[in-house]
Amino acid sequence: MPTLDLILEVILLTVKVAVLTQIIFALPMPLTWLERKIAGHIQVRLGPWRVGPHGILQPFADAIKLLFKEDIVPDKADKILFKIAPLIAMVPAFAVFAAIPLGDTFKIPVIGAEVKLYLSDMNVGALYILAIGGLSVYGMILGGWASNSKYALLGGLRCSAQMISYEIAVSFAVIGVVMLSNSLNLLEIVKSQGGSFLSWNFLYLPVGPVWFAIFLIGSVAEINRIPFDLSEDEGTLSSGYHTEYSGMRFSFFMLAEYVAMVTVSILSVIFFFGGWNAPFAFLSFIPPIAWFMGKVCFFIYFFMWVRFTLPRYRYDQLMKIGWKILIPLSLVNILITGLMLI
Amino acid sequence: MPIETLNVNLLSILPMALVAILALSMLVLDFFLKKGDKGAIGYLSIIGLLIVLPIASNAIEGAPAFGGMVIADAFSAFFNCIFILAAVFALYLSVDYLKRINSETGEYYYIVLFAVAGMMVMSSANDLIALYVGIELMALSFYVLTAFRVRDTKSSEGGLKYFVLGALSSGILLYGISFTYGFSGTTNISDIARLAGGAGANNTFMLLGVVLTAAGFAFKIAAFPFHVWAPDAYEGAPTPVTALISIGSKAASFAVFLRVFIVAFPAFQSHWWKLLWALSAATMLYGSVVAIPQKNIIRMLAYSSIAHAGVILIGIVALNGAGAAGVMYYLLVYAFMNMGAFAIVMYLGRVRGNGEYVSDYAGMSSRHPVIAFLMALFLLSLAGIPPTGGFMAKFFILSAAIKARYYWLAAIGVVSTAISLFFYARVVFYMYMKDAEGDSPAPAGRPALAYDVVIYITAAMTMLLGLYPAPFMEIAIKAVEPLIR
Amino acid sequence: MFEQFFFYIFATVAIVSAICVISVRNPVHSAVFLIVCLLQVAAIFVLLRSPFLAAAQVFIYVGAVMVLFLFAVMVLDMGKAHWKEHLHGQSAPAAVLAGILFILLGYMALKGRMTAPLGTYNEAALVKNTEVVGRALFTKYIFPFEVVSVILLLALVGAIALVMREKRP
Repeated sequence: MPTLDLILEVILLTVKVAVLTQIIFALPMPLTWLERKIAGHIQVRLGPWRVGPHGILQPFADAIKLLFKEDIVPDKADKILFKIAPLIAMVPAFAVFAAIPLGDTFKIPVIGAEVKLYLSDMNVGALYILAIGGLSVYGMILGGWASNSKYALLGGLRCSAQMISYEIAVSFAVIGVVMLSNSLNLLEIVKSQGGSFLSWNFLYLPVGPVWFAIFLIGSVAEINRIPFDLSEDEGTLSSGYHTEYSGMRFSFFMLAEYVAMVTVSILSVIFFFGGWNAPFAFLSFIPPIAWFMGKVCFFIYFFMWVRFTLPRYRYDQLMKIGWKILIPLSLVNILITGLMLI
Repeated sequence: MPIETLNVNLLSILPMALVAILALSMLVLDFFLKKGDKGAIGYLSIIGLLIVLPIASNAIEGAPAFGGMVIADAFSAFFNCIFILAAVFALYLSVDYLKRINSETGEYYYIVLFAVAGMMVMSSANDLIALYVGIELMALSFYVLTAFRVRDTKSSEGGLKYFVLGALSSGILLYGISFTYGFSGTTNISDIARLAGGAGANNTFMLLGVVLTAAGFAFKIAAFPFHVWAPDAYEGAPTPVTALISIGSKAASFAVFLRVFIVAFPAFQSHWWKLLWALSAATMLYGSVVAIPQKNIIRMLAYSSIAHAGVILIGIVALNGAGAAGVMYYLLVYAFMNMGAFAIVMYLGRVRGNGEYVSDYAGMSSRHPVIAFLMALFLLSLAGIPPTGGFMAKFFILSAAIKARYYWLAAIGVVSTAISLFFYARVVFYMYMKDAEGDSPAPAGRPALAYDVVIYITAAMTMLLGLYPAPFMEIAIKAVEPLIR
Repeated sequence: MFEQFFFYIFATVAIVSAICVISVRNPVHSAVFLIVCLLQVAAIFVLLRSPFLAAAQVFIYVGAVMVLFLFAVMVLDMGKAHWKEHLHGQSAPAAVLAGILFILLGYMALKGRMTAPLGTYNEAALVKNTEVVGRALFTKYIFPFEVVSVILLLALVGAIALVMREKRP
């Protein structure tokens, strides 16, 4: 018979999943507003302004618009795949959060109960995230193919080629982190970077910064953001794999993309910047969750900053960077890391 | 498993490691050679293999190494010599052959070396996992080599058929291995007999493993009804590769067949002998009957090789020392006589531009009297006529079968030999009794030295093995003694 | 109990999707069903206390190999060219033979029984699943592991040797 503890555990887990899902679902709303605002200021203009003060209600207006738009399914599309492709893109982006810790434990101030800030303390967490995170690409490939349109198909093809090329480099970078922290468990990885900022993986000289650079470049390519967003290159492919999508199905793709950006920011923090550890021991009176959020926000801002600063690469350049620079570099780096750890 | 119990013994994997290193260094060398100089890789590979030969022929006594994965006993040493000799002959012929079909590349040579390494892994494998990866290494090399004449659709067809059916057979073999593992809890060949022996003899779960493993091996040796890939792959592949597949791949597959069925599954002999008996009989009869109408000599040799596989299977059915040693001796003789026959087919292709069809051999005795005589020798040896090596090989196998009281199987073996004499003799008949029809194409100049060397050496060995088999047979018997219990 | 229940769910879905792989006409749909099948196998690995293998299965097969499959299918535009029948009426006897074989194999598998001892690792050791796999791979299975690396190299060289030849100047 299930014990009371077990039932409580299950209830707590369900609540956590529900809360986390709600947060992730809502997250793109402020992020789109932020992105457009940042874009505006970088390009010396105002950005959204009309709906609400400083355009802060703009995301709600967008959401309402998307909800009421007609959901068009092209006549010659592969109906079933066309309809489920956005879901295939979105579900893995959420599923990844099963293994992502947002902190160690958190003491609720009033009742004094401790809550774990993660869903599952998986032993193969890093591998799980890479594996599940990689599944999102099927949504884009299948969506591109099912649309039965040449732009969408080309977008899907680019997506798959890009994904394969950069997945290798990203996994090598994660292997580097695993070698440095000696575990695949994300909590352990964060724990190994405790103390001061000197023990962060990023500062494990000389390999740490290189691993971070490989991880960052590869991840930007994997989440299809500028300067690597060749799969939705509006100049040549109108808008790539989601050309034929409209309404809610289109917004699912966007949702997946924003969530992936948040995931990558979180992973950068966990893998390289000490997670929720404070940079100096004397600053640890500030709660860990605040440090964590602060670092993640910085990376989210960083990705938006990059988007409106760098031009897009050509496709052959993209392949060249992946295969001829990142992969050899990561192989050499693995060797150096291994030698340093002996 | 702690390191101490692993028994890390580098000597036991030395031959295959050396061949793999040789292949890798040829791969690197390939970058530095100009397009016309690729033959150098072939010659260097031959020299390398000849250096490895004495090392490979040396058996290492002692327990299986690397956690029971590899064993370098006299049995594997015997087979390693067959592989290396076959590969040396094939490589030597390949240098000129590739020039003729105008696709000289470095890859060809080191893929052959990888195939040899794979065969060596097979012959020394003492664990079903190691055995499987060895099979895959060899088979993958041969898939590539079969499809190597990219401009010829027959080659692509052969390669594709070989690949698809080979992958299927690997699947069946793995299925058998997993049933065996599920029953005995081990993949180690010497432990399976101990753990699954007594209790498993009547358990259908274990028998399923035995049957599926046998089916997987039957694919690799091209036994009826798992033979369908063989004629197309043989015809499509570059001819030296065909020779190597028919000799090396067959010998390696029989090596694992012997080791698994003699060492791991002897307790189930009362069940599997019926299966292998039927397999052997059907293969012999099918191969020799279907070879008769073949007009293309390579297809004819393909069906003849199927028939030979059936005869060799008799040695496994017999399950005694003489049978197993007979299998080894047969494969040694087969290596020389089959390589000789293929060398002559290639020789004709070189000097006359034909030789693919049986009718091309008309009037050969007057144009190339020596070569025609040697071809007759190889064909009669393949048919099993004394005093050639083929006769002694068949004699050993059939006498082992009689010793083990498989009279009917021995009788079928004799009948199939008689049938096979028909199509072998037909070529001889064409060579000696028929005149060439129409204008025979003019000789295209002196062929490379390689043909002469290979043809004469293989002919000499075929005769030697027929006239003086004792020392070779003794080595074979000594090699199988530790396996048979 | 729970585990068996989940095992049968995963196994059923795996088999049904595997049948769909070979019976649907559209290659892209086949690939999608293959992805489903591979995911079920990964789930079964989780039930077998091997999360590392499960993650590796999803990562390598589903995440990388199948993406390449789909890429090839789309580039070759096989999506529209449905397979043609080349069986010349052999499908009926083949189906009968395969059915007989299937029944025989099933009968033999059901009548027999597995006797292999349960795994040598207990639950506690399997918490360090990744380490267990790594240790086995680099001690007991080091020899096949090295051979596999040669196989992969050969596959790479072989594929390039077959495909790139025509393009050479």
